[in-house]
Amino acid sequence: MKAFFRPIAFLASLAMLGAASVSWSAAKNDWPMEAFEPDLTDLPSLQNGFKLYANHCLGCHGLQYQRYGRTADDLGIPRELALESVVFTGQKIGELMTTSMDPEQAKAWFGATPPDLTLEARLRSPEWIYNYLKTFYVDESRPLGVNNGVYPNVGMPNVLLPLQGVQRYDAETKQLSLDPGTGSLTAEEFDQAIYDLSNFLYYVGEPSRLQRQRLGIYVLLFLVILGTFTYLLNREFWKDVH
Amino acid sequence: MQQMNPETKQGALADTMEWLDARFPATETFEYHMSKYYAPKNFNFFYYFGWLATFVLVNQLVTGIWLTMNYVPSGDGAFASVEYIMRDVEFGWLIRYLHSTGASAFFIVVFLHMYRALMYGSYRGPRELIWLIGMAIFVALMAEGFFGYLLPWGNMSYWGAQVIVSLAGAIPYVGADLMEWVRGDFLMSEVALNRFFALHVVALPIVLLGLVFVHFVALHHVGSNNPDGIEIKKNKNEDGVPVDGIPFHPYYTVHDIHATVVFLFLFCAVVFFAPEMGGYFLEKPNFEVANPLKTPEHIAPVWYYTPYYAMLRAATFPLFGMDAKFWGLVTMGAAVVIPAGLPWLDRSPVKSMRYKGKLSRWALRIFVVCFIILGVLGVMPATKAYTILAQFCTLLYFAYFVLMPWYTRVEQTLPEPERVT
Repeated sequence: MKAFFRPIAFLASLAMLGAASVSWSAAKNDWPMEAFEPDLTDLPSLQNGFKLYANHCLGCHGLQYQRYGRTADDLGIPRELALESVVFTGQKIGELMTTSMDPEQAKAWFGATPPDLTLEARLRSPEWIYNYLKTFYVDESRPLGVNNGVYPNVGMPNVLLPLQGVQRYDAETKQLSLDPGTGSLTAEEFDQAIYDLSNFLYYVGEPSRLQRQRLGIYVLLFLVILGTFTYLLNREFWKDVH
Repeated sequence: MQQMNPETKQGALADTMEWLDARFPATETFEYHMSKYYAPKNFNFFYYFGWLATFVLVNQLVTGIWLTMNYVPSGDGAFASVEYIMRDVEFGWLIRYLHSTGASAFFIVVFLHMYRALMYGSYRGPRELIWLIGMAIFVALMAEGFFGYLLPWGNMSYWGAQVIVSLAGAIPYVGADLMEWVRGDFLMSEVALNRFFALHVVALPIVLLGLVFVHFVALHHVGSNNPDGIEIKKNKNEDGVPVDGIPFHPYYTVHDIHATVVFLFLFCAVVFFAPEMGGYFLEKPNFEVANPLKTPEHIAPVWYYTPYYAMLRAATFPLFGMDAKFWGLVTMGAAVVIPAGLPWLDRSPVKSMRYKGKLSRWALRIFVVCFIILGVLGVMPATKAYTILAQFCTLLYFAYFVLMPWYTRVEQTLPEPERVT
């Protein structure tokens, strides 16, 4: 038996060596990121995120691979209500959430076409989106008068400014601070709003995620039971072989 | 296997079999390959991976067929159709993850299958041809994976293919024209996408299936090797059955069925709970559509090509009037092909690592460690220190093969046993 396990132990230790050394990741902006834990079971949060997205983002950023109907169903919103509250383009409920902005014009206005955000949470991370939305600050040197901590020199205007208020950056202390009373939401309310928005984009990135994980548990349980029987079957056949 | 009682052979089933056997060698084939195919009874853990590779191949074929039903091989449609599969096709996400995870699983089981051969000398006579066919399967599999990786038409798909195709440009005189010919365009475009699609879903699967079939035929003709590396056919009883052999069916079928369930548990754990595998099975930049104007910050191939990619990049200096890129291409090609020489490089009197000497053991250990280090280096940016390490490991990789005729002859080996242990 020792001879049997020795090569396996060798491979296992190598695998661990490999895994340990692959903890490297691509060079990133060193802005300190706030932690973000998405929660796909929090339907009110996702519903609010959907509404915020439709009101503040969809004008420029499409979700061209995701449909209104599917989203409404997954988030527990009745389809009629969804048509009223989030479909502003006269589209049908089964259609893809495309943006009505002309990409050529958008490019002329912002220097780059606003990207589609269906997969943004998978391309970057929901944590990135949350921190990105939180770290816009006044910077008169930029064409649009704003800059961003997570995405320096971004070409996007600060569309959530009326909600958050004016935020400033102190280069010496490396801290962001809000001008009190300039936004319609309190700091906590705003954090909750962008949490919901990021959570929603996390959902849109992979709408089947919850179904996948639910199904996965049953699949693995089934395999454990099946494996018990295949183990016994194997043992039964091999018990007399020496 | 028990002899059938003639009385139980009555009935509709027996009649059908008789009718069939008169027209097609059904029973004969089953006996030849399964119930009267005698495999050594001392197979260990490493002997599961041949079957598991076959199992994953079937998974890739079946999920591949279903993906093709909704995939659109066009520059405008490819990326969107993958997302359509992920969102709008019933269980499309499952089919797609089974296929994408299957690709990585394929290489994991094939690498382990090949490592088994290195360890127990399975490539040695009379199994040289099985090994050569296996090498051809490996090359075909690498090509299949490469063509398939372009199809989602993500930005990493695009740039990964761009980098590899541009290697053709390093070939002297014809390079530039060859590159254009391969792409069918001046840059990677829908033309290449359509070609890769045809090759991935039609041409290479046929090649793979054909090669796998002959891999089996050759194996069942000479019989399997085993962890002791001795021939069980040398020791037969009066019925001509190897004493240390055991009928493949039912003994190894029940073995492999259980192994399949264990494998499926691990496989499904990834499919259902970590299909991206931290960006190694599905790379993050591939969640963005192919964009010829936007090079990803850091282009890394999928993990199973990284050891070879690291060797490609390890060639950093021109030689004999050829530039470094050309030598990188040569190094990578040689690294893929050189294991084919093993049956003739290994001069040891024994086959299995169990009876080989210290030199062989250390050579294999160092080889595996270097291969893994190269794999890790392949996903890292090529800094100066990493490049030197990659060069060092590349040298050791080739040394394993080139020095083999020497170290397998000079070392002290242990006596092989008469019977399997």
